[in-house]
Amino acid sequence: MKRPDDFATRSAHLKELTDGQLHERFWQLARQLTDPLLQMGREYTSPSIERSVLLRMGFSSLEAKALVDALLEQGLLQHGAGHAVFKMSRVWGLGLREAGLRLIKLSQWDEVKAQFGGGAPDA
Amino acid sequence: MPDYKLQPDAALDVREILKDLASYRPRRRGWTWRRPAPGLQMGSFTFRDMSEPLKRSVPLPPAHHFGNIDPQPQPVITTEIASGRFEDDIRRMRMAAHHGADHIMVIRTAGQSHFDSLIEGTPQGVGGVPITRKQVRAQRKALDLIEEEVGRPINYHSYVSGVAGPEIAVMFVEEGVNGAHQDPQYNVIYRNINMLRSFVDACESKTIMAHGGLAQIDGAHNANATAREAWKVMPELMVQHAINSQFSLGCGIPRDLICLSTVPPTATPAPSLYLDLPYAVALRELFVGFRMRAQMNTKYIQSSVREATVTHVLNMLVSKLTSADIQSTITPDEGRNVPWHIYNIEACDTARQTFNGLDGLMDMVALKEDGPLRQTARELKERAVLFMEEMLREGGYFKAVEAGHFVDSGRYPERNGDGIVRKMDGGVAAHTLIRRAADYLAPVSAHYGDNNTAQYGLKPGEDPASLIGGCSLQRPELIQYIDELDEEDNVATRMAQNEHLRQPGAQCLRPEMEWLGDGTVMLTFFFPVEQKLAQAAALEAARRMNLEEAEVISSEIMHPVDGTRVELRAKVPFELNIADLVIPQEPEVLSDDQLREAFERQPLTVVCGTVGEDEHSVGLREIIDIKHGGIEKYGVKVHYLGTSVPPEKLVNAAVELGAQAILASTIISHDNIHYKNIALIDRLAREMGVRDKLVFLAGGTQVTPELARQAGADEGFGRGTKGAHVATALVKLRK
Repeated sequence: MKRPDDFATRSAHLKELTDGQLHERFWQLARQLTDPLLQMGREYTSPSIERSVLLRMGFSSLEAKALVDALLEQGLLQHGAGHAVFKMSRVWGLGLREAGLRLIKLSQWDEVKAQFGGGAPDA
Repeated sequence: MPDYKLQPDAALDVREILKDLASYRPRRRGWTWRRPAPGLQMGSFTFRDMSEPLKRSVPLPPAHHFGNIDPQPQPVITTEIASGRFEDDIRRMRMAAHHGADHIMVIRTAGQSHFDSLIEGTPQGVGGVPITRKQVRAQRKALDLIEEEVGRPINYHSYVSGVAGPEIAVMFVEEGVNGAHQDPQYNVIYRNINMLRSFVDACESKTIMAHGGLAQIDGAHNANATAREAWKVMPELMVQHAINSQFSLGCGIPRDLICLSTVPPTATPAPSLYLDLPYAVALRELFVGFRMRAQMNTKYIQSSVREATVTHVLNMLVSKLTSADIQSTITPDEGRNVPWHIYNIEACDTARQTFNGLDGLMDMVALKEDGPLRQTARELKERAVLFMEEMLREGGYFKAVEAGHFVDSGRYPERNGDGIVRKMDGGVAAHTLIRRAADYLAPVSAHYGDNNTAQYGLKPGEDPASLIGGCSLQRPELIQYIDELDEEDNVATRMAQNEHLRQPGAQCLRPEMEWLGDGTVMLTFFFPVEQKLAQAAALEAARRMNLEEAEVISSEIMHPVDGTRVELRAKVPFELNIADLVIPQEPEVLSDDQLREAFERQPLTVVCGTVGEDEHSVGLREIIDIKHGGIEKYGVKVHYLGTSVPPEKLVNAAVELGAQAILASTIISHDNIHYKNIALIDRLAREMGVRDKLVFLAGGTQVTPELARQAGADEGFGRGTKGAHVATALVKLRK
């Protein structure tokens, strides 16, 4: 888009504002712009977020990547990678690391998917 | 605690830093500000705006005239060190800390933004360093030692961006990194990473950074560096700052750790302060309580280090007239090469020197409350508000980016249609977001957003990590350390290649600018011809000097045809054997007691003065005055004749006053006048038949002892001479 500088007319409604009111308007607009972004962050996750969860649970970066890739492929990432490890460690009676390493090598996922309600595909 | 400690008189041993990294834990987390020391007394001065002094440092060059004081400004001083070989950067970090840096920023290697995981090991970088756990741990370990040595915490800093931001943020908190750049807008605009992904990832990254107490720096300065006419993007810069700042507050980063990366957008020969100052004022009025990271202008940097330095000093004047919590320093060679050791140090010294010199300024001057400063500041704020109003009308942030509103070279609301356009479904890592299911869980601390911990019995507000007995943020023993993944491209291989040059213990030496023993030197030429010819001449001169890989890095026209200044870099094809090097012997100096006793036993009178048409007096006064530790304090009787003393007068006075010695100071060296005057005094004394009764000593900054003796003095004294040196010579040489 090309547009000449129409500041003089465009800013007419701001002229009556005190500096304080202008500052308030500035931050009100900033909140309006960022609130939806923060809301989106609450509702979605990503492979990197899930890998970062696994790092915090005691996995190496290589293990975290392998595990997140596998969970993504199985449509299970929507439940949380850490959740899969946590839940299966309880089901299998293993420590978190042992459960996670077993998941990385897993070829048959039915048991895991059953734990997560059959594994509807990731949205 | 590591056993290895730095010794002030020993080289930093990188081999020791790299030992036992698998078990190393950083000493602390979080950012540290300097502690102000209002009314600080140092030497003869009271400082108003300085911070607590360092335990150990290298003061500014003139400090020896001021009792070697090294006042430290209040802003944290940043230096960016990332040569591609982190192991060599460690030594530079120690040097920088001794020159006042307490914020060491490591630039990432090209391409790391698009690397879909952590990088491990220690591969060599390009234009930066691959940020890995091992590299971060080694450098944090080194800085833990260095901060102990200089007596001030050092903040270590890199980047939380790209498609692996949250993982990097976790690693940074685990490894004690103290600050990071984090701004999803940077991903979107400059790295073309999908914008939805960038903002979702940023929520997690920022939450993790908040947990670790990291200071966050935003990315707005890049718009300044990218836009064609940087001074026109000021309204947008405010909008970018606002988006990242407000978004960060929403992720839990406290206001006083949210730092705006703000650059004075303009550079000379534009009237830069007239444009930059209202912007700086407007920004600080809008962003109350946030911190200002004053970046320096790089947009217009050329290859002249002098020009860059002046721009940076002007930038710091803006910092001083407004405020800066972190003062960045840009190395003045940034327009020539990946920064060299010496320019990191120069940049730190420029900051230190400028703030020393401007100390207390705002106790004497104030910015005007009316006139162009206020009018322009108000207008900029209004333009920024209008920018955000239009963004909302268009449907929010993403729609505004799709419409190309960012980095448009028009001064908003003017639009030139050359902004950077990104699409919501485009860019690297598009379509990689996943909607969290109702049972979504992440059983860790510092996790952002919906997290169904209630299904496992946790109450709201309870730490999700309690489900697993704490995560790595509480239990560092959970951290999985990977040493190396690449057998060839790693630090051990690189270090094996130049081990014989590594201190402490090396017997060989090569000059270096960047990497250990890289052999790089810089030469400055002047040729009395036009630019192209001068550059060719410089390269040919380097060839005849047996230098290799010579390259012109800067040339400046002194006159279109009468002269060109050329600087070039090249490599020397040799190494030096340290054992073969001869260090000139320090002159013998008698003790204070020996000197006093000698002059008490046999008193001595001297006449002295600065000879010729020369008004310099400081050097000679240092040699004679009792308060500077001069020869008077040993009991020598001194007749000081002043400056611009004709040589005849000096010799005549010696005769009339019955002096046993003449001290001649000679500073001006043009056309060798200093040696000519020395020779003249010697001849006059001979003609008058008194030369053999007098000790004749000559000194000055350009005096070489050997040449002074050849010219006729009994001894010569150059830069760094103290009263005791001269007094010792008087005792030894007197007739």
